[in-house]
Amino acid sequence: MSQRHVVQVFEQYQKARMQFVQTVADLANRPQNIELLQNAGVLSLLRPLMLDVVPSIQHTAALALGRLADNSEDLAEAVVKEDILPQLAHSLASQNRFYKKAAAFVLRAVAKHSPELSQAVVACRGVDALVLCLEEFDPGVKEAAAWALGNIARHNAALSQSVVDAGAVPLLVLSLLEPEMALKRIAASTLSDISKHTPELAQTVVDTGAIAHLAQMILSPDTKLKRQVFAALTQISKHSVSLAEMVIEAEIFPAAMSCLRDPDEYVKKNVVTLMREVVKHTPELAQVIVNCGGLEAVIDYLGNCHGNVRLPGIMMLGYVAAHSESLAMAVIVSKGVPQLALCLSEESEDHIKAATVWSVGQIGHHTPEHAKAVATANLLPKILELYMNARSSEDLQTKSKKALKSVLQKCTYLPSLEPLLYEAPSNILKHVVCQFSKVLPHDSKARRLFVTSGGLKKVQEIEAEPGSPLQEYINAINGCFPEEIVRYYSPGYSEALLERLDDYQPA
Amino acid sequence: MAELLKIKREFEEFQKEYYYRNREADENREKENQAATQIQSWFRGCKVRAYLSHLHKKAIIIQKIWRGFTARARVRQMVKAAYFIMKMNFYEEMAVRIQRTWRGFFVRKYIHNFYARKKYMEGLVMKNELVRRELDQLEELQKRERDCLDMVKEHTAKVYQAHRLHHLLSTKQCPGVFNSPFRPAPHEMELLLRQVKYQAPTRLVSRGKACLLGIPSSTSSSFPATLGSPLIKTSRTYSSRPILPPIANKTQQGLYREAGEAWEQRLHCRELMLCLQTSYMHLEEAQNQLRQLEPVRLRCIY
Repeated sequence: MSQRHVVQVFEQYQKARMQFVQTVADLANRPQNIELLQNAGVLSLLRPLMLDVVPSIQHTAALALGRLADNSEDLAEAVVKEDILPQLAHSLASQNRFYKKAAAFVLRAVAKHSPELSQAVVACRGVDALVLCLEEFDPGVKEAAAWALGNIARHNAALSQSVVDAGAVPLLVLSLLEPEMALKRIAASTLSDISKHTPELAQTVVDTGAIAHLAQMILSPDTKLKRQVFAALTQISKHSVSLAEMVIEAEIFPAAMSCLRDPDEYVKKNVVTLMREVVKHTPELAQVIVNCGGLEAVIDYLGNCHGNVRLPGIMMLGYVAAHSESLAMAVIVSKGVPQLALCLSEESEDHIKAATVWSVGQIGHHTPEHAKAVATANLLPKILELYMNARSSEDLQTKSKKALKSVLQKCTYLPSLEPLLYEAPSNILKHVVCQFSKVLPHDSKARRLFVTSGGLKKVQEIEAEPGSPLQEYINAINGCFPEEIVRYYSPGYSEALLERLDDYQPA
Repeated sequence: MAELLKIKREFEEFQKEYYYRNREADENREKENQAATQIQSWFRGCKVRAYLSHLHKKAIIIQKIWRGFTARARVRQMVKAAYFIMKMNFYEEMAVRIQRTWRGFFVRKYIHNFYARKKYMEGLVMKNELVRRELDQLEELQKRERDCLDMVKEHTAKVYQAHRLHHLLSTKQCPGVFNSPFRPAPHEMELLLRQVKYQAPTRLVSRGKACLLGIPSSTSSSFPATLGSPLIKTSRTYSSRPILPPIANKTQQGLYREAGEAWEQRLHCRELMLCLQTSYMHLEEAQNQLRQLEPVRLRCIY
């Protein structure tokens, strides 16, 4: 009898512990309870429960701890301070899979807040334990371990290096081949976090053959997987020419453009970011992308989306056009300039406008043909307005000025230059007048148009210091016209005529 | 006396005449002197002029001959030079022609081919159009697939609802909720209820649910034909036990892979499999190692 009584006491205690841990785990799901739980000293209570005899209490306690650390950075720091981490790392090697999942969850939750906390996780040999978990059979455990490693590697290059040194990368690449979708997603996301910091880390990831496996998953139907795969490829290819070339050699390109019509916005954005990172290295890579019709796809993408996600597309067009004038002509021929003009007028954020203005400058600065294409889209007055607007940011103003200068120096299309004569400040006016002085001496029709549209009058009204380049250009323009016309349009001529009338004696 | 008078008169006349003649001579002396000078000077002038003209004529002859000589020499020289220049111009023009052809050929072949660039731009426009059309088609296809899937899901949800609301079926005596007498025809829910086969709420219901949820994956196209699910009445008689889904379903549960896959993976990604080429007991060995190191580690920490 007494034996049963004694056993009953222990069973009651166990039930009480189980209930406590489960309730705490449920409460920890809501952020508003965290503060209260912390004040009630939940950490010191959960800690011995993690060493409990009953496995289910252990892993529920770990789960509760993980949720607490996930929702609040203070609790995560407290977890580190209370030295719970070495205990977790140690027990990761020995327990069953539910405990491993929960322990990996705690490590992930702690590591996600800041680099110092991740460093603490690394210091207590958590990374080695997590890499051991990656070798398990259970996909849930692998997923939790991979997620934790991803959170650690996300912060900076040193932490990524420690993850790589523990030998995580081949295991992550193997996990990419597993059939479970969630595991694939997390593995791809972790690889992208590792390779984003430095070229050496990206090279390590590539050396294990990750690119081929990632390339196979491009056409999978799962949206989140596609997002992560493209993000990983982007992070790999952004560092150097050889890495970008390796990504291109995996022959993703004509296939990846079908993902540009995916209904999910972030998949499209990641594809375009990948194209931007590949294109910015060399003209040959840009040529590859242009040849498989990439420009058209990106321009359609710009037409269909709005807001911040347009930025990679705009920058991609700018990088393509920057390499050479034939590529810039390709952008013009694919009707990129009207689309960029639309973006400029529709978007309201300064950084997107700055990127658009930069791209337009890259397209237009090569030859007079390119400058004419830019000018006929009526972009020059808009860019001038952005430059003059006091509310534009510094960056936008500098970029507008540079773009205007570079396009104006090649623009010979006079009808578009004339509106600029009236509104431009003197440093821009210098270039406009210079262009007029280059074109007018050779074209008689242009001279006639110049006079009739009032341009000559405006040029006479410009005040310039004698000896400055502006004055030389004005003199060159005046030299193209007969003296009477120049005098007729010079300011104050009507007053001079009237004064002559005062002195005139009729015969 | 008369002679004396005559001589005196003659002497006086003579004196007068002498005086007169002297006076005349004196008066005319100047004039005559001047005249004589004039005559003499004129004559001398004539002499000198004749001499000069003689000299001129001779000088002219000499100069004429000399100038003709030098001019002819110069003309000969000029003709030679003009010939030389004409030859040089001809050579230069031919050289320009050669260089022009060569430079045009070289630039067009090796540096910049204008027609190739023009063709490239036109080709690019066509390729862009092609790509756009293909992408449109692909998008259309994907959209149709997704719509199809959605429809199947919706239908399955409705069937499930019908299964749960089977008790609302109208009987002979009493019309059901969905079969109001004021309606011209029964509601679609009513028709569905009539089609759905009732299942007793035993443990088999959970299996039935699994069958229910397993349906959408195998019926993506032409769903009306294949909704021979165990829940919907078919014309043939059914047994009381639920029909299991067909084994043709390829997706496997859990971790099991095709027979040759693991071996293939080992063959192709040998370096990735290295970490798995550990011994069967490696986990226990690792745990033993950790346990051995533990006192050392704990001592280090504290």
